[in-house]
Amino acid sequence: MKLINNARYRRRRFWNVFNLSMSIVATLIGLFWLIWILWTTVRNGAAAINIHLFTGDTPAPGSMGGLRNAFVGSLLMIGVAVLVGTPVGILAGTWLAEFAQGKRLGSIIRFFNDILLSAPSIVIGLFIYAIMVVPMGHFSGLAGAFSLAILLLPVVLRTTDEMLTMVPGTMREAALALGAPHWKMIVQISYRAARSGILTGILLAIARISGETAPLLFTALNNQFFSMNLNEPIANIPVVIFQFAMSPYHEWQDLAWMGALMATFAVLVLSLGSRFLIKDRSPR
Amino acid sequence: MAIDDSSFSSSGISDDDSSRYAHSRLLHLSFFARYGDKGFRWLTGALAIFVLFLLLGVAVSLLIRGWEAFHHFGPAFFWSDAWDPVKENFGALIPIYGTVVSSLIALLIAVPVSFGIALFISELAPKWLRQPIGSAIELLAAIPSIIFGMWGLFVFAPVFALAEPWMNDHLGVLPGIGGLFRGPPMGIGMLAAGIILGIMVIPFISAIMRDVFLQVPAMLKESAYGVGATTWEVTRSVVLPYTRTAVVGGIFLGLGRALGETMAVTFVIGNAHDLHLSLLEAGNSIAAALANEFAEAFSPMYKSALMALGFILFIITFVVLVMAKLMLWHLGKGQSKVGL
Repeated sequence: MKLINNARYRRRRFWNVFNLSMSIVATLIGLFWLIWILWTTVRNGAAAINIHLFTGDTPAPGSMGGLRNAFVGSLLMIGVAVLVGTPVGILAGTWLAEFAQGKRLGSIIRFFNDILLSAPSIVIGLFIYAIMVVPMGHFSGLAGAFSLAILLLPVVLRTTDEMLTMVPGTMREAALALGAPHWKMIVQISYRAARSGILTGILLAIARISGETAPLLFTALNNQFFSMNLNEPIANIPVVIFQFAMSPYHEWQDLAWMGALMATFAVLVLSLGSRFLIKDRSPR
Repeated sequence: MAIDDSSFSSSGISDDDSSRYAHSRLLHLSFFARYGDKGFRWLTGALAIFVLFLLLGVAVSLLIRGWEAFHHFGPAFFWSDAWDPVKENFGALIPIYGTVVSSLIALLIAVPVSFGIALFISELAPKWLRQPIGSAIELLAAIPSIIFGMWGLFVFAPVFALAEPWMNDHLGVLPGIGGLFRGPPMGIGMLAAGIILGIMVIPFISAIMRDVFLQVPAMLKESAYGVGATTWEVTRSVVLPYTRTAVVGGIFLGLGRALGETMAVTFVIGNAHDLHLSLLEAGNSIAAALANEFAEAFSPMYKSALMALGFILFIITFVVLVMAKLMLWHLGKGQSKVGL
């Protein structure tokens, strides 16, 4: 017992307990921010909710209104982005998983796809501005949708690649042995086996783009009025939040908080939902 | 499929009706088998290569649009602190400085906290608690950055402004670094932006640290425990050396995210094109300058200067992210969902 109580042992025990306590503190700090931010959003958003939220359009300063045009614009652009980006992502991911295993080009594309995935979204917005807005001569919802599609593409590509790689090779061989052509095997066997995984990727990608603001500032811009024309500037939730939050008008700030609550709610539902899909299918 | 399809069609199939039907069906199938396969392979391959061209296209188009500014101001563009839209005199120094400094502050905050979280999840937490805590931290990454911005401006900044007089009095008098903490207690500024960026990158860094910590072979850790090491000593002398490269890679990934983060910074950095030693003063970052000024930049040179800033931002993040990916290269696929 004398040996155990010497100074060296006590010092080691102290540092152990101290550092492990610090790690608990760090975890609490991380959870603290999450709760604080969510609470702020819910409280301010709920306090500002009014009956015009889904029926009125963004108002002029000093009058009442809702966010109908912004909701419609966001949904339209996200829809087009999914229609454009998802097929490209799935097919490109298919090539990586089914045709490029062990190929150098496959690894290079995987590598740069991950870079594209983490690249700043504002830079993607500038890119679409340079190749779409400048030639067309005006901002448009279509440009906004394409910039969202570029943000969605790498997420879908990566999950498709990962999920197809997890499909057992024996299933493929069984189909090929029956004489199925390669493309038919992929469409009817691989896609079917990886279906929920690929769907998860699409949900994650939608969660990612539905809160994106920066690329829309230079592409879709904003529109004070209701519009479903993707060939002209269109209202959308994130840019409305940005402009209204920065404004000095109380009604606008309230609307910004409402929009923030809706956007956060949608994103959290999507990402939690996709998490449950993952848990269902692939126990880690 | 190496079998030549014509060998089926020309082989001796008898002439009665049913087999002729089968014969033509087989021909039909083999047509698709031949061209369908090739076409599918080409289509998917072309789309995969399209990703490379997309990334290249981003760099080239920004360089072309920013060329006017690069050409007009020469290399001095990089170290000039001018930003005068009226006289059309532009320099990138202040936005670059703001981007780098706010991201470094973010790392100073995020790295220790992320390490603590990863250590807690991988070594301390009971098994049933691991998943919920990990998911909760990852939710931080899912919250849209504009929400961080609003929260930062309307909720965090007023609270932070209360702490700033204390910093002036206590940190501001320190020799050497004192100047960093002397300034007006506005609540917004470089330090506030750095702190909020730090909160935003915590989930990215901690998820990677947690994943690699959990990959350390149990035998290595048990050998150290076997000779009497404490949990902390095992972490410091076994886990950290074993996972060093990936941990640094995770930190770089967080840095890459922080450098390009736009909306949260735009709300709280202050958007002032001034160079201050003090972290409490308002500053600017590349992304914030773009978000604030691009739609209002009407002269071609102003637009070009902003495009040039965008190009610089793209190159900086590209280099940081490539380094991060190289360090994370050997990490197993499909590990971290938060990296998405």
